[in-house]
Amino acid sequence: MSSSIALSVEDLTFSYGGKNALSRVNFKIQPGECTILLGPNGAGKSTLFSLITRLYDTRDGRIELCGLDIKRQTRLALAKLGVVFQQATLDMDLTVMQNLRYHTSLHGMGRKLAEQRIQIELERLAMYDRRFEKIRQLNGGHRRRVEIARALLHKPSLLLLDEPTVGLDVPSRLAIVDYVHHLVAEEGLGVLWASHLIDEIYPGDHLIVLHQGQVKANGTVDDVLKITGAPTIKDAFYLLTQGDQA
Amino acid sequence: MNMVHYWRAMWGIIWRELWRFVTQRERFISALVRPLVWLFVFAAGFRAALGLAITPPYETYILYEVYITPGLIGMIQLFNGMQSSLSMVYDREMGSMRILMVCPLPRWFLLLSKLLAGTGVSILQAYVFLAIAWFYDIQAPWQGYLLIMPALLLSGLMLGALGLLLSSFIKQLENFAGVMNFVIFPMFFMSTALYPLWKIKESSSLLYYLAQYNPFSQAVELIRFALYGQFNGSAFIYTLVAFVVFMVSAILGYNPSKGMMMRKSGV
Repeated sequence: MSSSIALSVEDLTFSYGGKNALSRVNFKIQPGECTILLGPNGAGKSTLFSLITRLYDTRDGRIELCGLDIKRQTRLALAKLGVVFQQATLDMDLTVMQNLRYHTSLHGMGRKLAEQRIQIELERLAMYDRRFEKIRQLNGGHRRRVEIARALLHKPSLLLLDEPTVGLDVPSRLAIVDYVHHLVAEEGLGVLWASHLIDEIYPGDHLIVLHQGQVKANGTVDDVLKITGAPTIKDAFYLLTQGDQA
Repeated sequence: MNMVHYWRAMWGIIWRELWRFVTQRERFISALVRPLVWLFVFAAGFRAALGLAITPPYETYILYEVYITPGLIGMIQLFNGMQSSLSMVYDREMGSMRILMVCPLPRWFLLLSKLLAGTGVSILQAYVFLAIAWFYDIQAPWQGYLLIMPALLLSGLMLGALGLLLSSFIKQLENFAGVMNFVIFPMFFMSTALYPLWKIKESSSLLYYLAQYNPFSQAVELIRFALYGQFNGSAFIYTLVAFVVFMVSAILGYNPSKGMMMRKSGV
């Protein structure tokens, strides 16, 4: 089953013990579109990611990945998804290569294909020469690159990034932001990027501002500026979240 | 998604666990030290205090060290099962568990693979322990060393599934220490690992029943009989049923729609 929409979220509501974390959230991500999910702490970004990755069950609303219902066609849908979680998820005592091979085996790739994909992804991120180093020996920026390479090994249609640049220095951060935007432009990848760093937004990006579990704005950078009448995204964000810090 | 995919994923999970275990020397050594201390110190000291009658599968009078050896193999597997589940709670807190949970395979299969991987590690430990015990003059018939393998597989799976079930209930790593105390020690001491059932009955009939129906006792007896080339049917069935019950409960616990994952999310 194919669809021209990479991710579709319809009327998604989720609550923790009676308190709504997400209320009737709706948005779509097209292939070749980078969508930045902006929101202050506690806005519901992590909950949304947990629902898209099926760590939590969707009870109210519907999530589709490339036209596949995440609840009913879970495995087919998850095969289309690449994820970089906020927390580091690499095994520190294994080498870069061993970590990536583990991922390819979970996705059922044969050794030859896995080696090819690993080489391609690591070379693109200038990490191939370091493939036999243990993760423990790498710095934060390089670890993140390995995680991004890993998320792309099985050629997903949608890449989820949950604040992947937190804690990185400026050059590492910029390199990752550039690389992901390059993937969107060149390869038609759909991206949902949770962030609270305004400078990670490119002019052509799509923006979703989430606040207290509700979508406060959804559109291009220009659309959001127009709706709020703010001169910058920072001001627009401030207005939409009524002064709550990102 | 075909059988090859399942096979590759399972092998990937097992390989990772075994590799981690053999490369972490401290973990390897500490896993062996515990039962060896029991064997060399506790059993040697206890030998004089405890007289053992001839009971199956033994055909002659035996030293206490010989009696306790299958119990200590069970102990290796019990600790390993709990440690595997501890690492799952840790992985979940640290995030690497998420990578496993978002791969396109059924969750029950991923949990079973994790369980098999942990059991593989415990079997490796058990054989190294048996090799050391052999040099300490605790020697079983050679067939026993082969026949013990399926027994270790089943007992390891059962104890690992129990650990898995516990890990599905535990919210945070800090809570695990309490569970270890409430599960490992009662299970180990209220079992046939250290004393035979008839000896327990002499002191307390309540303890006797608790020890008899303790799944850990049944696993130890399965191992004990297998090591001496015999098959203990009732212990096998009991251990198998316990494994199925623990495993199904753990799978439900990890199901995002039904189990503890929802409770942990605070819903």
